[in-house]
Order: sequence, then C-alpha cells, then structure tokens
Amino acid sequence: MTLLNSYFGKFGGMYVPQILMPALYQLEKTFVSSLKDYQFKQELSNLLKNYAGRPTPLTLCQNLTKGTNTRIYLKREDLLHGGAHKTNQVLGQALLAKKMKKKEIIAETGAGQHGVASALSCALLGLQCRVYMGIKDIKRQQQNVFRMKLMGAKVIPVTSGSGTLKDACNEALRDWSKNYVNAHYMLGTAAGPHPYPTIVKEFQSIIGKEAKKQILAKEHCLPHAIIACIGGGSNAIGIFSSFITDNSVKLIGVEPAGKGIHTKKHGAPLTHGDTGIFFGMKTKIMQTEEGQIQESWSISAGLDFPAVGPEHAWLDSIKRATYVSVTDHEAIHAFQCLSQSEGIIPALECSHALAYALKLMKNDPNKHQVLIVNISGRGDKDIKTVKNFLKNSE
Amino acid sequence: MNRYQKLYKTLIPFKHGCFIPFVILGDPSINTSLKIIDILIESGADGLELGIPFSDPLADGKIIQNANLRAFSSGISIYKCFKMLHDIRKKHKTIPIGLLSYANLIFKFGIKDFYLKCSNMDIDSILIADLPIEESYSFRKYAKICHISPVFICPPDAEQNIIKKIAKYSTGYIYLLSRSGVTGIDNEIIVPPLYLINKLKKITNVPIIQGFGISNTKQIKQIILSGISGIICGSIIIQLIEQYYHDEEKLIQKIKNLSLSLKKATKIIA
Repeated sequence: MTLLNSYFGKFGGMYVPQILMPALYQLEKTFVSSLKDYQFKQELSNLLKNYAGRPTPLTLCQNLTKGTNTRIYLKREDLLHGGAHKTNQVLGQALLAKKMKKKEIIAETGAGQHGVASALSCALLGLQCRVYMGIKDIKRQQQNVFRMKLMGAKVIPVTSGSGTLKDACNEALRDWSKNYVNAHYMLGTAAGPHPYPTIVKEFQSIIGKEAKKQILAKEHCLPHAIIACIGGGSNAIGIFSSFITDNSVKLIGVEPAGKGIHTKKHGAPLTHGDTGIFFGMKTKIMQTEEGQIQESWSISAGLDFPAVGPEHAWLDSIKRATYVSVTDHEAIHAFQCLSQSEGIIPALECSHALAYALKLMKNDPNKHQVLIVNISGRGDKDIKTVKNFLKNSE
Repeated sequence: MNRYQKLYKTLIPFKHGCFIPFVILGDPSINTSLKIIDILIESGADGLELGIPFSDPLADGKIIQNANLRAFSSGISIYKCFKMLHDIRKKHKTIPIGLLSYANLIFKFGIKDFYLKCSNMDIDSILIADLPIEESYSFRKYAKICHISPVFICPPDAEQNIIKKIAKYSTGYIYLLSRSGVTGIDNEIIVPPLYLINKLKKITNVPIIQGFGISNTKQIKQIILSGISGIICGSIIIQLIEQYYHDEEKLIQKIKNLSLSLKKATKIIA
C-alpha cells in the first residue's frame, strides 16, 4: 500500500518490474517523512537560497510587447545555478538519497540539463553520479556533456532505440533494477512511476509559489495565463501548482509539434497521443496502433520524449489546463525574438512556451492581458543547434 | 487440470525438473522462429515461454533487446504473433505455452480482448514484465474469466506480504528471480535464499520456476537440487540466434544440442 495516492484520476500508478517496488516504497516513505522534517526542509531551503540562487526574478519584457496591451513576464529559471529549473528538484532528491543512505545516483538526461543538475548536486553532496544519455543527444548537447564530466559524473552513451531520452530512461531503469540497494534513481521530470511525479512536483512547486507572490506584488492581480513548455512536464507542473485552484488563471502547456504534427515528427503525446502504459506510468503516450512506443521528435532534446507526466494527462482530461503545440520553426523564431528584443537567450524548450505567448499577443494586440512564461532554462546549450537550423533554412 | 498441472504430475514421480526455454516470437524471422520452437520441443522442452516483441523491453538485457529488434525487422506484428501461436498450438497440443508481454501491448489491445484471444489460442499463462502485483487487478480479473493462469515474478528479496500475494495470485507457476537486474547470462551459481523457497512451498503448491541468468548445466543442477521445480532459459538460447541466424541449418543444430544438454541437467535426481 502506498502512503500517498499514486494516481491522478485514471493516470499514474507504478508499472515497473516487481523487483523495483520496494525501492519505490522506500523512496515514498522517506519523502513523506522528510516533508514533516524541519531539519530537512531547512537544509533544502538553505541550498535553494545560498547555492542555487533562489528566488529567481520575474522579468517584465520591456520591448517584446511594444504596440500591444499584452504584458509578458518571464519567470527566470534560466538564472538558477546550473542554468535551468532542474536544480530545484535534484537538490531535494539528493537530500532524500542521503537520507536513504544511498551512495550512488543514477540519472538520465535529454538536453543535458538534468544531467548537469544531477552532477552538480552529487559533487556538492558527495554522491557518485552516472548519467545515461542517448547518443543522438550526446552529439547535439556536447557542452552539457563536458559540464557533467567536469563535475565528476560518468556519462554513459545509450545506443539502443532512437538514442534519445526515451532510451536513456529505459537504461536508467535497467541499471536501477540491478543496483537499487545502493543507488537512488534521480528521475528528471514529473513523470515515471509513483512517487516520482509527486516528488518532482513538490520540489518544483517553488517556481509557482514565487511567481504568484511576485506577480501579485507587481500587478496586484493574478495573471490571465501561465504558459510553460511540456516535455515530461516538470517546469510546467512546478509553475502551475500554485495556480491550479485559481480558475481565472489559464494554464497552458506547450508541446513540441516538431517538423509539424502532420509529418508525425513531433513530441506531442498530450495533444496527439493516446492513453497507454510506459516508463512506469499510465499516461498519454505516442504509440502505434499495436501499442509499440513511437519515437518522438523535437529540435529541443529536452522535449524529445513520447510520454508526459500523469498529472498533465489528468489536468487535460478535466479541462483545467489547455495543451497546445508549436513547431520547431516557431520555437526558433521565438528564440531569436527574445534574444534580440530583451537580451535574454532562452533554452529551446521554453522557446516553445514563448512562441505560444507571442501568438496570443499577435492574435489580439489590443487585449489587456498579463501572461507569465516560464523560462525554464538558458539557451547557451542550444546555440549550435539554432545556428545549424538557421543555416539550413537559408 | 490445466496443462501445467498435468506436466508437473508427469515430472514429479521421476523427480525431474522442468525445462522451459524462452524465445521471442518472430526472431529472427517468422519461419525460422517456428522451426526453433519445434526443435526446442523435440529436444526436451517441457513448456514454452514466448515473448511478444515490444519496442521498450525494460526488464530485458541487450541479448533479448536485440531479439526484439530482429523480430521487428522480420515484420512481426501482434496479429502475426497470434497466427504463430495458432500454428504452434495446432501442432503441439499438450505442451504448456506461456506468454511474456509488456503491459502496454495488452492495454492497447484491450485487456479483455487480449485474454479472450489468448484463451482461443489455448494459451496457458501470461506474465507481464512491467506489471507488479499491486497494479494487476484488472489483468487478473480477465485472466480468471478466460481460464488463463497469471504468472507473477517473485524477487529474491521479496517482503512477506508480497510473497503471500504472489503465492495467492500466481496460478500457473511462480517465476522466481535468480537475482536483481535484467535478463542476461550469468556463470555463477544463482540459487535464491532457501528460506524464500521454503516459505513459498509452505503457502502454495504452485511450482516454483527460476529464471534470469541461467546459462549452464551446473547452475541448473544446483537449482533443481535446492527444491525448485524448474528453470527458464532465454538469453543463452537467443544468443545462439544472434550468432547463427544467417545459417539456419547450423542454428537449428546448435539450439538442438544446447536444449538437449539443458534438459538433461534437470534430470539429476534419478
């Protein structure tokens, strides 16, 4: 029996080989006790403030919105230590690992941001770290691979399947099923088997808590919409979490439409997938008619995943959140716009969210609206990808 | 009495263990796969464990992952798997046939429809690699309606309450894991703790079959001596497919020799 509800409506659960169940129960028990543990909370809070650099600012776009009545605010997770929101939750999980007396950390990564965050938290807290990464992602994110190695992590190339995040996730689970006694699997997003979606949401909810306080201070009202990109969905659930009960606030998740939904080269399981069981959870996934998992596609390695966290599938099913998709091309355009107009280079992941905010603004320039876009990471890692994309588009 | 019960009844008087080979349907091609299954049965297989290929077999090591890929390359589909199962059953009426699958394939097919279809094919048991007993209710429900034995995996370090549930719900046999991790080939002796074997035997009559890493006759003898009813061997057989699939004649001969020796090792108690 789990201590917490393992489902969000009909989504969630623990679909893993039996051998991993005790490890999941142990993690859940440690998590639940830690939430009541003053010392644990103080330690995490101290790390977030004095190591990671929280709170992150809420920045008003001064130039991007000129000539319209839209006010776009950016929640600046790109300014967090490590360069992305991933640091929030790995610090929490690393402390849980220490509490469980685990010496090793297993992680998977797509764009490398979770790998970097895992590596830095392990270096800080004296844990051994190995990171599974698809060969395709290793090629497109070499800068992050180097950062991980520099901080002492071992990066293990995954050659199976499509050589992307999906296959890295499978390999991490295989490793964990052998080494769970000494190793903690530091899952990188609000997905996978229970209790991960709940744990990751809890540790990422700091984004929403800060954003709510900051927007009330700046605008004296709640925003009209919160917009965040969706791969597994951790930055989105983190910022959504404080606004879920505020029905006036639209929650908008943006999936990658890749080369276009019609090309089938996309990573949009919520809007164009169906319910299935994959990576330890029942959720919306991209699959064939026979239930084989399909390969996803996105120019952003961090969004290149054929499934989504179960709470998003539930929020979609009850129509509390709206999920849309934007193409690689639209995301690149948003990437350039923000760089040129505000001097902020966003990660390709959150460029998807920004692209949708720009659409809302352009569709009705006269509408008075306050939008918050979660800039979940910085774009340094994507420079080469964008350069190649633009070169090929010429 | 189901086919497993009938089989164990024939083996027990001779104190023989049970040899169950595991292969992936359609590996390396549908025709060769059918020939491999025939030769396994001719060479002593007491039962069959057949895998339906899945794109993301996370309980499996490299050897079986590659077998899945070869099967996909040969154009396998779930409907072709059912056609193969139909042909195998038509030819081999008494051998117990168990399927190994992953939860999404069954969920997508429709849990009820999948079990009904398997029932029509005279499938004896279904093991779902990524379905722990805690999430198994709706699968077990239709297994029962369709008279198919659910098989659950018992890890070597399982806790008391899980052991009890596994003993209660695993009705064809209990798949006892040699060790943690994924499927593969091990050379050391891997007998799960004796207290676990005794505990299971105390609370159920369902046979205990051991799997994961079993690759040689020495291991098999030790396992059967420890009171386990039989063994499942997959990776060691599939490795032969990987090595010799370009030369079918040689492949069949290699599998025949291996199978004969593995079966012989289960007969250590005369």
